Amino acid sequence: MSGLAILLGAALGYAAVRFKVKEDPMVEQIDAILPQTQCGQCGFPGCKPYAEAMATGKADINQCPPGGEEGIRKLAALMGVEFKPLNAEHGEPKPKSLAVIDENICIGCTLCIQACPVDAILGAAKQMHTVIASECTGCELCVAPCPVDCISMVPIAENVATWKWKYPLIPLKALH
Amino acid sequence: MTHPIQNFHGGVHPEENKQVSTQSPIRVAPIPQQVFVPLRQHIGEPARPCVAVGDRVRKGQIIAKADGYISVAAHAPTSGTVTAIALHPVPHPSGLSDPCIHITADGKDEWIERIAVDYRTTNISTLRNHLRDMGIAGLGGAAFPTFIKLNPGAAGAVKTLLLNGGECEPWISCDDMTMRERAAEVLQGAAIMRCMLHADTVLAGIEDNKPEAIAAMREAARNCDFPVEIIVVPTLYPSGGAKQMIKLITGREVPSGGRSTDIGVATFNVGTAYAVHRAINHGEPLISRVVTVTGNVGRAQNFDALIGTPIQELLALAGDAPEPVTGYLMGGPMMGIELAQTEIPVVKATNCILVKSDRLFPPPPRALPCIRCTRCADACPAELQPQELYWHARSKNFDKAQDYQLFDCIECGCCSYVCPSHIPLVQYYRYAKSEISAREKEQQAADHARSRHESRLMRIEREQRERAEKLAMKAAVKTSDAPARPADDAKKAAIQAAIERAKIQQADNVNNHPSTK
Repeated sequence: MSGLAILLGAALGYAAVRFKVKEDPMVEQIDAILPQTQCGQCGFPGCKPYAEAMATGKADINQCPPGGEEGIRKLAALMGVEFKPLNAEHGEPKPKSLAVIDENICIGCTLCIQACPVDAILGAAKQMHTVIASECTGCELCVAPCPVDCISMVPIAENVATWKWKYPLIPLKALH
Repeated sequence: MTHPIQNFHGGVHPEENKQVSTQSPIRVAPIPQQVFVPLRQHIGEPARPCVAVGDRVRKGQIIAKADGYISVAAHAPTSGTVTAIALHPVPHPSGLSDPCIHITADGKDEWIERIAVDYRTTNISTLRNHLRDMGIAGLGGAAFPTFIKLNPGAAGAVKTLLLNGGECEPWISCDDMTMRERAAEVLQGAAIMRCMLHADTVLAGIEDNKPEAIAAMREAARNCDFPVEIIVVPTLYPSGGAKQMIKLITGREVPSGGRSTDIGVATFNVGTAYAVHRAINHGEPLISRVVTVTGNVGRAQNFDALIGTPIQELLALAGDAPEPVTGYLMGGPMMGIELAQTEIPVVKATNCILVKSDRLFPPPPRALPCIRCTRCADACPAELQPQELYWHARSKNFDKAQDYQLFDCIECGCCSYVCPSHIPLVQYYRYAKSEISAREKEQQAADHARSRHESRLMRIEREQRERAEKLAMKAAVKTSDAPARPADDAKKAAIQAAIERAKIQQADNVNNHPSTK
């Protein structure tokens, strides 16, 4: 009997190590929906921590302004809860923007570099800094730390490459 | 000897209206005072300018280089001075402007040195790069870089070279006139492409409403040093679609989501073949093309126009519009795009400028609800279910729309043409396609940001650990150098005590739980 117990115990112990679930799959699924701006408007230091809080029921699904209404709908569907409108306490959805450093004003303090969650700012102490446009998520985290207010958020203009066909609005003929 | 024709599914037969623009030969349009050469004229990455404002350029000089793999170069269409590299309206459904190189012509039309290449003795890879630098992109409408399609890939992958002379859209006649007047040159271009692809067979498909073009191509084929079969296909829109032309001539279907090369066929527009001939045998880059100017104009005809010519110049040559103008289309009435203004330049994809009037193109009747009659499904040449696609695109149910193979839709407009409720179906498909593509791009950007954020967190953690280790090392060096202080002794004693306690506990565990073996 005890031999069997040990055998099963060993098997279970092995399985626990071998098939260990490294991370909560729910967190991964939620994180996949979040827009990854890492802006922290939800009140958590990044998208992953917010996903973890949501998975453990410590945060609500309507705290992510960049994800917008569509993001909330996806989260509601995933978590099996009712849709609710965006909580205005966390901000409002804005058009996607890029941070732009006024290079004439920048004093090279590196504070924005430390604030950027995706390492999209290039520069060194007492050297001019610049934003790598292709990497910027528009999170605005670099704006507040700047001591000389030389960073502005510029909305991304629509061009031929980013233009989208609009939803057709056609007048329907009245049937009566 | 007649080649068997396998009809494709569906199709429609709108009024052709082609004869109005084929009454006079192709006319070379005069050099405009100013040309606007867009950097983005082809599918793929826009070309990168390699001239500066104020530079004098000669005709055929490269002014923007291919940037990235899917890209081709752009050239000065005439000699003159670069006055700006700036936004200018371009032919695009958005009506937006895009970067263009503005050149003021000096009227001398002075060529660069043109060097012909012997394609029989030149390495294929060199030829492909040459065609990219000559700016050759498909002239049938999609403007896909031609050199990419001329990659034979795995040896013998392409068995058949198919010249597409379908030109099925109503009103357009630029390919017709090219074949009538330049058939021998088209086939010389085909000879180059045949050699590059190692193709066994060369076929050309032409709709039966172009008897003069068929005769000219047959005559040219007789004088060719390789066999070319000219195949007459019935007039049925959209026979000029690459996939439809392949079905008509070979009886084979391009798999869903696939390319024609998947079934060993490479398809090129006849105008593209002509451009390849000019580039290789004459050293002339793609700086002009044949453009049909027709519809509500005084004298409809085809022009050999420089790329970058504002369309208003061509409209002036075609004479005053007899009726009030209600708009301009680039392309035909089925697939053409609206042009908001006439400063827009001719680009590599401009096959036709169609001037509208209310009589020729009455505004569409108001749309009625879909009655699910499935006439659209009968007409769809891609054998899709347009009524289902419409349903899902309209309700923004994009996953479902993709399940119904939305991306196999060629946007030919047959479904809207036959719809008894006059629903602009294609507009819904375009909306859904561009929305899906935008989401995919957003998802890629999010995944990219996630990985960058994660590597940043890892880097910060590593830096902290390294700093702590460094501090610990420094501290260790200090303690070994300095004589032991009372505080250190106390710590040592505490550690020693802890070790003793652990030992005792271990011994207890062994005594209380003897091995069951």
